[in-house]
Amino acid sequence: MAQPRTLFDKIWQSHLVHVQDGGTCVLYIDRHLVHEVTSPQAFEGLRAAGRRVRRPEATIAVADHNVPTVGRAQGVADPESRIQIETLEANCAEFGITYFSMNDVRQGIVHIIGPEQGLTQPGMTIVCGDSHTSTHGAFGALAFGIGTSEVEHVLATQTLIQKPAKNMRITVEGELGFGVTPKDVILAIIGNIGTAGGTGHVIEYAGSAIRSFSMEGRMTICNMSIEAGARAGLIAPDQTTFDYIKGRPYAPKAGAFEQAVALWKTLPSDPGAKFDREVEIAAAGIAPQVTWGTSPQDVLPITGEVPDPDRERDEGRKRAMERALTYMGLRPGTKLRDVKIDAVFIGSCTNARIEDLRAAAAVAKGRKVASGVRAMVVPGSGLVRAQAESEGLDKVFLAAGFEWREPGCSMCLAMNADRLSPGERCASTSNRNFEGRQGRGGRTHLMSPQMAVAAAVTGHLADVRELL
Amino acid sequence: MEKFTRLTGIAAPLAIINVDTDMIIPKQFLKTIKRTGLGKHLFDEMRYDEHGKERPDFVLNQDPYRKAKILIGGENFGCGSSREHAPWALLDFGIRCVIAPSFADIFYNNCFKNGILPIALPKETVEKLMAFARSGGNAAVTVDLEAQTVSGPDEKPIRFEVDRFLKYCLLNGLDDIGLTLEKEPQVDAFEERQKLSQPWLWA
Repeated sequence: MAQPRTLFDKIWQSHLVHVQDGGTCVLYIDRHLVHEVTSPQAFEGLRAAGRRVRRPEATIAVADHNVPTVGRAQGVADPESRIQIETLEANCAEFGITYFSMNDVRQGIVHIIGPEQGLTQPGMTIVCGDSHTSTHGAFGALAFGIGTSEVEHVLATQTLIQKPAKNMRITVEGELGFGVTPKDVILAIIGNIGTAGGTGHVIEYAGSAIRSFSMEGRMTICNMSIEAGARAGLIAPDQTTFDYIKGRPYAPKAGAFEQAVALWKTLPSDPGAKFDREVEIAAAGIAPQVTWGTSPQDVLPITGEVPDPDRERDEGRKRAMERALTYMGLRPGTKLRDVKIDAVFIGSCTNARIEDLRAAAAVAKGRKVASGVRAMVVPGSGLVRAQAESEGLDKVFLAAGFEWREPGCSMCLAMNADRLSPGERCASTSNRNFEGRQGRGGRTHLMSPQMAVAAAVTGHLADVRELL
Repeated sequence: MEKFTRLTGIAAPLAIINVDTDMIIPKQFLKTIKRTGLGKHLFDEMRYDEHGKERPDFVLNQDPYRKAKILIGGENFGCGSSREHAPWALLDFGIRCVIAPSFADIFYNNCFKNGILPIALPKETVEKLMAFARSGGNAAVTVDLEAQTVSGPDEKPIRFEVDRFLKYCLLNGLDDIGLTLEKEPQVDAFEERQKLSQPWLWA
């Protein structure tokens, strides 16, 4: 009998074009997503070498990192941002690649629109010059971020040169506690295994808690695999997955869809498949999480307090904690709930899908953003925005004092005008709390959308369970 | 891509764990459509204050480290974003080799595409090299990719591991797209098979 295989093994093996001496593989890439920041040099490389795009229809492009989230109809004010967006447009026209323009309702954050359009399907290999490509693993697709040289490689050859990753499985069993979301689960996982815990591995998330999540929740989990060091996260496709994909613009059409589902059903890891590393986490033990430092692993339950570096034994880790506390302007022993905030950002490829906005609006409804706090909601795509407006969520946010913006990456990485000032402290639903990430000197606390609203309306980090 | 064979140069110590690519090159410099010119912004927010003045306590603002060709870092070096601007900025500054106990996967790969050699060594060994690098003017380190060794003047060469294919490309300065294009018949054959087995991917 054949060796039991993991989901990763199956996708990997079915995409091998060639295996070289030493185990280096040429891997076929089914889907390539492109945005404006990491692609100009790749297209320039193609031109310089006189190469064509091998399979233009396998690539979809969108501008998301630089786009303004207000007054978009007036164009892009920042000249550098404008050039980068126009360069993407021109490159797509030249090489025959489908491009969703900034004013197309389908425009949005690349990792939100892939699934939304049905471009993301189980069993595929999907890459993008962006580390949060891991998001698409929620569909049981092998999806990972690549550098610009690799973007060029995929454009020219529809393949990548890779070595197989190791298999890791994280099993989350049981039911989530009241007020606890998939974002809290992934933050708790990163806190548990560390920001390099998944390096060299692809993480498969399994267990009853994960299976119970909607596709939106699964995407939030897989999205932050990279913050745990893993290039890719995976969740076995099931009926929830198939139901989500069915009928979307780029999904297999009737007839072909059933054929596809039959194949997708063969993808989940076989019983007895071997994982190089296994981690088990009880869902019931996870409380709403917030980060206190400058690495996603610097995370604690909201009921906790700022840790003391003097209690850390590892010298490198101790220095990092001291540096983080200085940067964050926090003292050991401070209760996290006593930390006042200046800004709130609800958005990003981690948490800007319709369910995130519904959950945030449910907490915001009938409440007001605390005085002195500026809060914004940036939907993940034009379609998410339209859906939210059809449900009246925009009115809930506006009535509570949130700004309601146009879609893009926005303050997750602050490449456009949306950014923190030095020393400003932000409750953010994004994925990275690195120094300067949301603006030079800005201080980021990562959390779920519900928790971000709780912070907005109280003016400090807060336990959303007391507001529900 | 420039070949990497043997490199001797000043090694700069940067004893920070989890150095992320946002630190290496902050986002405001990702708006370029070129690969060059990023060296002056390498580690921008650590290197300059808010008025653009050099911070004298940052290692790359000190002699002899302004001329560093090698950087010695902490665990999980290069974590975070996939931005290849990080190795481009290192290269443009003049750094051709990064030595650390461990690297983030995407950054590690991106280095090889740009003629930079990332070397992972045990933590204790990196700490020894870090201490040596701190000694300043005489802290020249030699990296020999062919022999897979790192040497400081007082120590016997330290052996490091590197993937055979990556080593081959770096030693010869090879464009791997060119190599893959030689496999075009295999790619054609793969696509023909997939059209039959998963026709919906080709509809």
